This record gives sequence, structure tokens and C-alpha cells, in this order.
Amino acid sequence: MNTQLHIMEEPKKTFTIHPKKFAMWLFITTVVMIFASLTSAYIVRQAEGNWLIFELPKILWVNSGIILFSSIFMHWAYVSAKNDNTKNVKIGIGAVAILGFTFLIGQVMAWGDLVNSNIFLVGNPSGSFVYVLTGLHSIHLVGGLIFLLIVLKSTIKLKVHSKNMAQIEMCTTFWHFLGGLWLYLFIFLLLYR
Amino acid sequence: MSTEDTMHNNEHDHDHHGNFWTTYVFSTDHKMIAKQFLISGIIWALLGGALSVIFRLQLGFPDMDLSWLKPVLGEWIDIQGKLDPEFYLALVTMHGTIMVFFVLTAGLSGTFSNFLIPLQIGARDMASGFMNMLSYWFFFTSSTIMFISLFLETGPASGGWVIYPPLSALPQAMSGSGLGMTMWLVAMALFIVSTLLGGINYITTIINMRTDGMSFTKLPLTIWAFFLTAIIGLLSFPVLLSAALLLIFDRSFGTSFYLSEIYIGGEALPNTGGSPILFQHLFWFLGHPEVYIVLLPSLGITSEIIATNSRKPIFGYRAMIGSMLGIAILSFVVWAHHMFVTGMNPFLGSIFTLLTLIIAIPSAVKVFNYLTTLWKGNLIFTPAMLFSIGLVSYFISGGLTGLFMGNSAIDIQIHDTYFIVAHFHLVMGSAAFFGMLAGVYHWFPKMFGRMMDAKLGYIHFWFTFIGVYLIFFPMHYIGIAGFPRRYYSWTNFDTFNGFTDLNMFVSIAAIFTFVAQFIFLFNFFYSMFKGRRATANPWKSTTLEWTTPVDPGHGNWPGDIPKVYRWPYDLGKPVNDEYAAKFSDEEMKNVPDFIPQNIPFSKTPETNFPNENELIALEDEDDKAIEVK
Repeated sequence: MNTQLHIMEEPKKTFTIHPKKFAMWLFITTVVMIFASLTSAYIVRQAEGNWLIFELPKILWVNSGIILFSSIFMHWAYVSAKNDNTKNVKIGIGAVAILGFTFLIGQVMAWGDLVNSNIFLVGNPSGSFVYVLTGLHSIHLVGGLIFLLIVLKSTIKLKVHSKNMAQIEMCTTFWHFLGGLWLYLFIFLLLYR
Repeated sequence: MSTEDTMHNNEHDHDHHGNFWTTYVFSTDHKMIAKQFLISGIIWALLGGALSVIFRLQLGFPDMDLSWLKPVLGEWIDIQGKLDPEFYLALVTMHGTIMVFFVLTAGLSGTFSNFLIPLQIGARDMASGFMNMLSYWFFFTSSTIMFISLFLETGPASGGWVIYPPLSALPQAMSGSGLGMTMWLVAMALFIVSTLLGGINYITTIINMRTDGMSFTKLPLTIWAFFLTAIIGLLSFPVLLSAALLLIFDRSFGTSFYLSEIYIGGEALPNTGGSPILFQHLFWFLGHPEVYIVLLPSLGITSEIIATNSRKPIFGYRAMIGSMLGIAILSFVVWAHHMFVTGMNPFLGSIFTLLTLIIAIPSAVKVFNYLTTLWKGNLIFTPAMLFSIGLVSYFISGGLTGLFMGNSAIDIQIHDTYFIVAHFHLVMGSAAFFGMLAGVYHWFPKMFGRMMDAKLGYIHFWFTFIGVYLIFFPMHYIGIAGFPRRYYSWTNFDTFNGFTDLNMFVSIAAIFTFVAQFIFLFNFFYSMFKGRRATANPWKSTTLEWTTPVDPGHGNWPGDIPKVYRWPYDLGKPVNDEYAAKFSDEEMKNVPDFIPQNIPFSKTPETNFPNENELIALEDEDDKAIEVK
């Protein structure tokens, strides 16, 4: 990108970040705002009464473990890339992708459990909110998986190494964010029944 | 010069000779994308204005035979030549949607943020030209869907631009809540994506791609305004997306986020447990900041134009930044003043009243600074300057009425009457429009390399300025008298018969103002091809965009990017005592009354202040530092 070249030479500049990485953080901000608004909508709606209380599917605990575990692999892949260990990067990213996919399957199974306990998308908003929050998070996770595959492809082409960390760094940031977002949602749902 | 920079420049020295498609359609050049936004915005503004003329005809002349509109509106005019009442609501809704989002958000921010950010901060282009292009094409797709929805058999969305459920959620409630509302939601979702792509780009560019020396305290106020606007948009538009998402679920999948215990035609709907007030909270969390998304860019443009054409530095540069920051932050904590009559706790209402009234402080600071910049200035009344002063006038007269509505107790009386319509059309609608027009007149030479005709500009200004006041001033009285907005006609109510004449007057003024805009349209398109060729810096301005060639290519500067040494408001800077003593009259006259940002202090010893002379040494060091690299 031509944009980075002249930034380096600006003696009076104190604060610059890689533009794409910065844009990534801004994107994360917009996602945060979406979930912040939905969870505050949840609180506002709950305060109005007529709120069905039900148990969250147990499998969500397993899913939370899986996504935590995937973040560890993501970090491992990132450190490996820093040390130019391409083989480990590939294994790491592959593992993250598999775990991420497993998480998605787990989320669908959680929906199945909800349906079995007669909590449907249509019905009391307390149930609808769980579907919307998990569903929206899963859609973002699919985006994260696509990003992982893109990074995997560039790793295979030997384009990810200690001198070229931007892409995998952004991917790591986004993946950790998705994990953190899920933990926030899960804890939120546990606390505000 | 470092080698890297040289390499970089060579890349840009030659113009990119793309074909028609890459140059004018799928362009990644910020200047072309800005023009695309501008032209789209103009088309939307015409359409939005035309819709308002139709419903003003209905309001001003309720007995008029509208059969002559049948070729355009078809079935929406019945056999007696009357406008269909549901279509009246559709007109009001689409007028609001188009003007707020498609003209004053996309058309204004899209045009001037795209055009001015790289040019004024000294960058070759946006951080990501591709994302910028995507932003326009998302907007275009969204526009197309919204436009098509106008021609649906069931009509476009009709529940008001605020689309409150349950009216907007239930197709049984009104025909416009069927397919029209679905398309509205799809179009708005795409619109939000476009705004976010644009906003991410604007913020990234401003923070990361400023030229050497362009610190935040040397940024022109336009850039500050665009920067804060983009941040507000980034934080508030996702919330609208959430609100729309839940509404989509309610409409299409049968959930009950906003719906509860509703009977239609004596039949109970299955939805229980929803809360329509929840939607209002989510909507206005975007809706109020949206007001400032619309207004701030115009205020920034005005700061720039008023300073340039007063030949004086802007008064209170840092106060201007501070007040914009204040407005940006406060805009997020006042949303419930739109909801005083929803049965909100009066104590909560008083908190929102207080927060709302605090906004008057930064707004007053801005007005004060505009007036003090004009005060004893060497005023040059270009059309852009007139429109900027017009903005200040509307900002004052429209802003004052905001104090009434900001008080929860008074708001109960005037809520949803024509008083609020008059208020926001002045302070937000007309003021933002005037900022946009001022910007077009001012930066037209940079956009198209030609000048707009000033005489036509003056006529356009006076017709529009007077026209807008003739529309909205009487409207306050209609509102105080209790006329509710969004009503098809009042002839059935004895109470409201008294204002028939005034309504007719308002309608005539509206049509007059609308017609006056064709002067601008002619001027715009004629000057684009046949206007007088512009010089490089026709307004003697100090900012970096005027250091580019008359027709800047892709990459903006043919050689190196200029470096910045001073703030953007060195206008009419006096000769210092040391030189005043020894200069002859002739020499005094030759001192330029403006110093562009890229002129180092070492070149202007006659106007330097003592502290600026100290900076010269630093300049040298910096230049050396660059050489060594």
C-alpha cells in the first residue's frame, strides 16, 4: 500500500497506527455498539415485567470453553508467525478454525435444547433475545472464520512471517474480540435472567 | 527528500488514464466519489423537495383539484382529484427519510468529507480507496431500493421517518407497512453499512494520514467537524441497525420485541410482552446524534468560509473545537427529550431537560464565534459567504425555539405540532442545507476547475433565504395554536379553520423556494461545463487544497506533498512592529493578507510574532532531519 510509505517520514507526528489495523478497531467499535444496544434493550425490556425466566442450555458452558481454548491456539499461531515458524502457524490456524466451527455447531445444538424446553424464537421476548444475541454473534463468528481461511491461504503462500504480521495480527485481534464478546454475552445472560 | 517519498511521488506523477468505467463509475479517487455523492444528493434533494410540494399543496389548498398530478401519481389521486390520505402519509415519511438520510447525511458528509479530508490534511487519497468506493455503491444500492419503493402498488413506508412500531410493524395497520416498509428497512440497512464504511475511512484517514506538521491543532475546522461527525456516526448508526434488526424480526418472523396485546379489526394478535417504547429508545439513541451528524459538517464548512471571507482568523479556534466536542458528547445523552410524552418518569424527564439545555452552551459559543469573526472583518460577500451567514441566522432563530421544546413541561403543549416542524426545519434542515450549498459554491472551483456564476448565486441566495423564513416563521404560530403534524387536513375541525390563510401562505412560500432551487441547478450544471475557468486559489484561502493544481489528478499533488508549518487561519495577519517601522507604504501594501499553511515562518519575517520567530530554528532542524533520512 502506498499509504504507509510517507507516514514513516513525518518527524512531527506523534501518533499513527497502521491504517488497516486502526480501521479494524473502528469496525470492532461498531460491533460493540450493536451488542451494547441490544443488551441494554434487553435490560430495558426486562424492567417492564412480563418476562419469562428459563434455564440456559448447559451446552453453552462447553461452547464457552471451546472458544476460550481457540483463543489460546490463535495466540500460539500469532507467536509462531512472529518466530517465522510457518508450520506451527498453519497448525494453529487450522485448530482455531476447527474449534470455531465446533463452537458454531454447539450454538446450533444449544438452540435445539432451547426448542426442546419450549423456548422458541417467537414467544416471550426473553427467549427471542437469546436467539437474536447468539445468532448475531454467530454471524460475526462466520466472518471471523472466513478471515481465518484468508490468513491460512496467505500462510500457505508464505506471506505470513515476522516481517509481514499485519494480516495475522488483525485476525488475532478480531478472533480474541469474538471470544471476549461471547464471554460478555454469556455472563450477561447468566446474570440477567 | 527521502527515496521512499520520491518513489511514491513518481507513482503519482502521471495521471491514471482509466477508461470511462474506472474514471467516472467505479472510481477509487476520493474526489470522484465525492462528486458521485454530490450529484446523487442533488437528485435526492430535488425528489424530496418535490414530495414536500405535493403535500404542501394538500395542506394549503385542501379543496384543490389535483387531477393534473395524475400522470405522475396515478391511482394515488382519486376520481374527485383528491390526494389519497394514506399516500399523504407516505409523502411525509419519504420526504423526511430522503432529506435526513439521503441528502443531509450521505449527500453532505459523503461529498465534503470525501472531497476535503485528503485535500486539507495533505494526503494522496483516503486510507482505503476501495472501501470508499464500496461506501458509495452501498449508498447507491440503498438509494435504488428506496426509489423503487416509491412506486409500489401498496405505497412506500408511511409510518413517519421515525417508523414507530406498532404502526410500522403491522401490514394490517396501513398499506405502507407492507412491502414498502420492508424495502425501507432493507434500504436503511444498506445505508448504514455505507455510512459505517465511509466513517471508518474518514476517521482512519484523519488520524493516520496527515502530512508532516499537520498536528491536530493545525487542522482546519472543517476537518475537525468531519472527524467528530464520523465518530458520532460510528457510535450511533449501529444502534439504528439493532433497532431495525429487532423490527425486522417482529415483522417477518413473528417475534414480539415491540408488539404487545394489539387488536386489529376486533381480532387479537398473538404477540404479547413487547414494548413499543423500547423502539423509541433505540431509535432516538441514533436519532438525536443524527441531528448533529447532519449539522456539524455544515458548521465546519461555515467556520472555514466565514473566516476566509472575513479575511480574519476564526475567533476562538480552540473554543470552536471544544464546543464541537461538547456537542458531540452531549448528543448521546439527550435522546429522551424526544420522548417526554411517552409516560416517562417526570424526574427522568427533568434530567433530560437539564442535559438538553446544556447543549445551548456550546451552540451559543459557536454562534458567538461566528459573529465575532465577522465583526470588523474585511467582508467579501461571495455566494458561499452569504449562505454561511444564512446558516448562522437559521442556527440562531431555529436554535432559540429548541429551548422551549427542551423543557419537558412546555414540550407537552407543543409536542408533535407544527412548532417542532418549524424548529427542526430551521435549525437542522435549512441550516444544514445552507452549509451544504455554501460548500458547493466555495469548493466548486476545486471540484470542477470552473467558477459558478456569482450573480445567479446571489439571486439563489436571497430567494432561498427569504423563502425559508416565509415558510417556517408562520409555521411556529400554526404550531403554537396546536396544529398537529402529519394530519392530512384540518377542515373537519372548527378549531383549526382560522389558520387556513396562513397555511396557504406557507404553501405558496414553499413552492416559491422550491422553484428557486432551479436557479442553482442551472448554475451548477452550466458552470460545470461552461463556467469561467478558475484560478488555483480564487478565494485567497490558506488551506492545503488550494495548493494543488486547478484540476488535481489522482494523487492530488503532482510533486511532493506540501508540509505544514502554521495553523489554517493566518488571514489578514498584521505586519509586526519591527518591520512596520522600516517598511514604506508601498511595501506595506505588498504584504499578502493571507499566508497558506505550507509557507514556513522563515519566509514571512515581516508578519511573524516573536514566538513564531523561535519556531524558525526548529523548522530548519526538521528539514535537516528529513534530509538525513
